[in-house]
Amino acid sequence: MNQQDVIIAVRNLRKTFTNATGEQVPILQSVTFDIYRGETLVIMGGSGCGKSTLLNCLIGEYPVDDGEILYHTQDMSSPADMTRMNETNLNRVRKRLGILFQSGALFNSLTVAENVALPLRQHSDATEEIINIVVTLKLEQVKMLSHRDKLPAQLSGGQKKRAGLARATALDPEVLFYDEPSAGLDPVTSTAIDELMKFLSKKLLVTSVVVTHEMDSAFRIADRMVMLDKGRVLKIGTREDFELLRQADPAKLTTREDRLMNQFLNGFAGGPLTDAEGISQFEQLLIEG
Amino acid sequence: MSDTSLPSNPPPRPALPERTISVLGEVADQQLNRAKDWVSEVGGMAALLGQTLLWTLRAVWSRQLKFDRALLYDQMVRVGVDSIGIVVLVQVFIGVILALQLAPTLESYGQLEQIAVVVAIAVVRELGPLITAIVLSGFAGASIAAEVGAMVESEEIKALRAHAINPILYLIVPRFLANVAMIVGLAVIADVVGVCGGFFTSWQVLGISPETYLELTRNSLVIKDFITGLVKAGVFGMLISMIACYQGLMVSGGAVGVGRATTATVVKSIVAIIGMDAVFTAIFYIFGI
Repeated sequence: MNQQDVIIAVRNLRKTFTNATGEQVPILQSVTFDIYRGETLVIMGGSGCGKSTLLNCLIGEYPVDDGEILYHTQDMSSPADMTRMNETNLNRVRKRLGILFQSGALFNSLTVAENVALPLRQHSDATEEIINIVVTLKLEQVKMLSHRDKLPAQLSGGQKKRAGLARATALDPEVLFYDEPSAGLDPVTSTAIDELMKFLSKKLLVTSVVVTHEMDSAFRIADRMVMLDKGRVLKIGTREDFELLRQADPAKLTTREDRLMNQFLNGFAGGPLTDAEGISQFEQLLIEG
Repeated sequence: MSDTSLPSNPPPRPALPERTISVLGEVADQQLNRAKDWVSEVGGMAALLGQTLLWTLRAVWSRQLKFDRALLYDQMVRVGVDSIGIVVLVQVFIGVILALQLAPTLESYGQLEQIAVVVAIAVVRELGPLITAIVLSGFAGASIAAEVGAMVESEEIKALRAHAINPILYLIVPRFLANVAMIVGLAVIADVVGVCGGFFTSWQVLGISPETYLELTRNSLVIKDFITGLVKAGVFGMLISMIACYQGLMVSGGAVGVGRATTATVVKSIVAIIGMDAVFTAIFYIFGI
């Protein structure tokens, strides 16, 4: 892919948080990668590796300490750096993005249809009749039309995610972000959500960025993958590259990075990610307080 | 017994002045931290009030901004209409209590019918708005804090921002306007009902003629009594909505955090309302209003 195809360019992104004792903890350390138009990129890594922080930076939720997030959206002549935007410009970019949150994040006081209609009512001059048609179409796409008048409390976890997906696509975004789309779902529903994500990517020609640590799901949907470890990019590659690493014999892998990825991709208890007792680095940090 | 079996000597206790200084230091440190938290909270609420007023003005004057009036009406019903019953009930009791408490003292001076004057002034200038605000802080304030807090916890606020919808405009402004508008309306109802409570008690229990009671009530009240009462009510409504929204927005720690925010809203609202009432009373006294 050439430079023309890049929709988001992340350059030397750094983010630190201050912990309870006032200490600065680096969460993202010089993260650099590109996201290509139309692809499905999976960002993965163990707990505490910084993938959720990265997602929050990409959607403009967290300010960054340093670095650039360049958006090459279709309605902008030159790439816009999200990290230096004011709220008005940030909102202009946000209208080109769709986000499916881990819990669905539906507005509990609104019905499913009202949830999907909300971005349309806020950001378009469409009449109620047109909005109703678009809502019907979006709910049909995610097979939730029969639930349009239900409140979020009346839906199952999978249905909430479907409804959240319909809302995320309401404004026909250029990029769809998914935060742990399979979390908390049974294997069948999880596969159904993966299929839906693939269907929407294909049908809407949308770029998808998925943050997950569910490996089966990641390999089902990804075109390319990014592996994070301790706030750094450990490896970027195609699904096939990662598949080869997953299938490799750990004893034959020469570098620590390859062994670490092999352990993560296979979900082995022992390896460079964990100590002799099978405790991960993140768990170790929690134990140490 | 040999010397080695003896327990080692405990470290010497610091002298009394040193211990006193140490304890005083700890207490001072705690108080300083509390004062810092208090200043930061008041500052946060002031900033939220500033933002809310700004977005309220923008919503009124800007045609580009889409302010959801349905949300405002919904809040007005929840805050105002739904609490009419409880405000009426409480205010009737206040009228009855005032009349019966004052009766023995005023009767001993041969001024029993002056109950009408005291009840009218006390209810319209003071107890109507004050008791209404206290009832609303429990009825509406707690509910707003719990609702906004639950929205923070379920990522709904984050979802609003992600959809380029300003949470202040969408969530806080309707609650703020509904509180201020409806508390003024409720204070008018409270004034009327409180006076009626005193009137029926004086007529049926104390034997004051209805004509005398109404005549004295009419003569004792002037328009500024109503206006000062209603201005106070409006400010109380502002305080309740800001404290409740701020506590809700600051929620962390799941269900426990939501519970904590609800309790804090009721306690802080009541303290703020009574404190503000004292300030108003002092100002009205100094300027002879």
